[in-house]
Amino acid sequence: MSATSRGQVTRPRLVRRRDGKVIAGVAAGVADFLGIDRSLVRVAFVVLAIVSGLGVVLYAVAWVLLPNDDGAGGVARAPTEGGWDWVQAAALGAVVLGVVLLLEPLGVWFPEELAIPAALGAGGVALLLGRNRADPAVREGAGRSELLATVVGRGRGALARVVIGAVLVVSGIGAFLATSDAFDAVRQGIVATLVIAGGLGLIFGPWLWRLAGALSDERRERIRSEERAEMAAHLHDSVLQTLAMIQRQADEPRTVTTLARRQERELRGWLFDRVPPAAGDDLGAALEGAAAEVEGQHGVAVEVVRVGGDCPLDDRLRVLVLACREALVNAARHSGVPTVSLYLEVEPERATVFVRDRGAGFEREAIASDRRGITESIEGRMRRAGGKAVIRSRPATGTEVELTMPRVAP
Amino acid sequence: MSGQTRPHVFLVDDHHLFRSGVRSELGDGVEIVGEASEVDPAIEMIGERAPDVVLVDVHMPAGGGERVIRSVLARHPDVRFLALSVSDAPDDVISVIRAGARGYVTKTISGPELTEAIQRVAEGDAVFSPQLAGFVLDAFASSPVGATDPELDQLTSREREVLRHIARGYTYKEIARELNISVKTVETHVSSVLRKLQLSNRHELTRWAAERRIV
Repeated sequence: MSATSRGQVTRPRLVRRRDGKVIAGVAAGVADFLGIDRSLVRVAFVVLAIVSGLGVVLYAVAWVLLPNDDGAGGVARAPTEGGWDWVQAAALGAVVLGVVLLLEPLGVWFPEELAIPAALGAGGVALLLGRNRADPAVREGAGRSELLATVVGRGRGALARVVIGAVLVVSGIGAFLATSDAFDAVRQGIVATLVIAGGLGLIFGPWLWRLAGALSDERRERIRSEERAEMAAHLHDSVLQTLAMIQRQADEPRTVTTLARRQERELRGWLFDRVPPAAGDDLGAALEGAAAEVEGQHGVAVEVVRVGGDCPLDDRLRVLVLACREALVNAARHSGVPTVSLYLEVEPERATVFVRDRGAGFEREAIASDRRGITESIEGRMRRAGGKAVIRSRPATGTEVELTMPRVAP
Repeated sequence: MSGQTRPHVFLVDDHHLFRSGVRSELGDGVEIVGEASEVDPAIEMIGERAPDVVLVDVHMPAGGGERVIRSVLARHPDVRFLALSVSDAPDDVISVIRAGARGYVTKTISGPELTEAIQRVAEGDAVFSPQLAGFVLDAFASSPVGATDPELDQLTSREREVLRHIARGYTYKEIARELNISVKTVETHVSSVLRKLQLSNRHELTRWAAERRIV
């Protein structure tokens, strides 16, 4: 509905910012999300990095997990894409190397022989991650046949980038293994296994991550198009059919009105999802059903207003529905006006129905006593079931039938 | 404004067909001083042409009738609005009323009835369709829990009686005859219900409003 256009004054999403980024825009994105100055976040990352190395890890994780902001950024970057990735890779490698070297004299966290391998690995990961983020196949949920392209990327530089990135990571691992032969055999075995697993994770993790993203995008898109198809099918079965019938019967205004009314009623029910508690169960639904039937058979419009919510049908209320239907039919037949009002009010102890038209009206005495419609099918019927019918009519001002039925205490 | 002069009317609806239909149905009873099919031009033109009554469609892109009503009333509080809609979903209806419309009718209304409704709104009275009267009765049905303002949060029994008749399909004149009161009194009751509808904080109303994010 129209209101959705307005709901956009929300908190910024947590994304990586393309504008004003230093490395990958993580700090800028976090700062915007939290609504604080970007420098503060950057300083926090650097301090964390120097104190424990946690800053680097957090940054890398955020880099992988956070989506780009999806303004025009993806498009704007496309022309310089190749160059950017290399710079990015080198920058990350340099940062890692720098941090590790910085930490070394302090004697914390990284053993000496890790510095070079870590830098190599980080550079490789950066290349793999930088792979093709602006690629439309990645952003827009590619079809199944496009999955390979999603994983490897497109364009001339893509494959080279992936290969070189992988080589960097593998040589990082190799360098680490080569320098760590002082470890005793068992630990070495375990560490090697862990390192290889970690390396594989670094290489394939981002791919799998993005693959999952692409798949869920695709799934969303499929659900949307299924909804569209369902709606199209519904409109075709209902509205378009009715419009076709209306065109064919254009010279019979009464039929056209009836068709239009019926379609309106049906479409309204569908749109507003008043899932009708099957006409057999609820008083309001049963009365709407009776109204629709009378509209269809007698070519009048019945305006239904309901107050007071649901009311489960019982035997007496079923009598009320029948009497009401009779009143509607009388109004449609004898009033000579195109509109009849039906008002239902449900209260805890009773249900009241008013059927009113502004038509011809009648004098009670003037109606031949053998016309049993009113006396029998409305008044007698209501009385026998324990209810009451009051009929008010005056010639030329119309008729109103008031039906009251007590409700059985639930 | 007096009942003799023809009210100046402005139409806002994004359906061209509907606008020309209304134009021809209204005929000579009113003077149409302009029309618009979009929200922003409508806001601007209404400010320039100073109509007595704006007929505004509830559903339009870019904020709908509700935004037209709020924006215009902020600067021209004496313009009166009558909302028109094909839908009678309660949240739609309640939200335009709470935005400041003085009446609501469905698009199936006949030409003469619409003219009468416009005249009524132009004179500062309120116009309720049977459907709207039904909603209001529903919304004010329960006795409010912890009502902050009993005067605003409840209907008097007379107001209830009047609304019930509107829901049953009675015109103001018919209600006056039925209840042995003057038409003016009926109008007063309905205006007072409109005021409660716009100002009450009953949660049924705020909930409907919240569903349309207007509160």
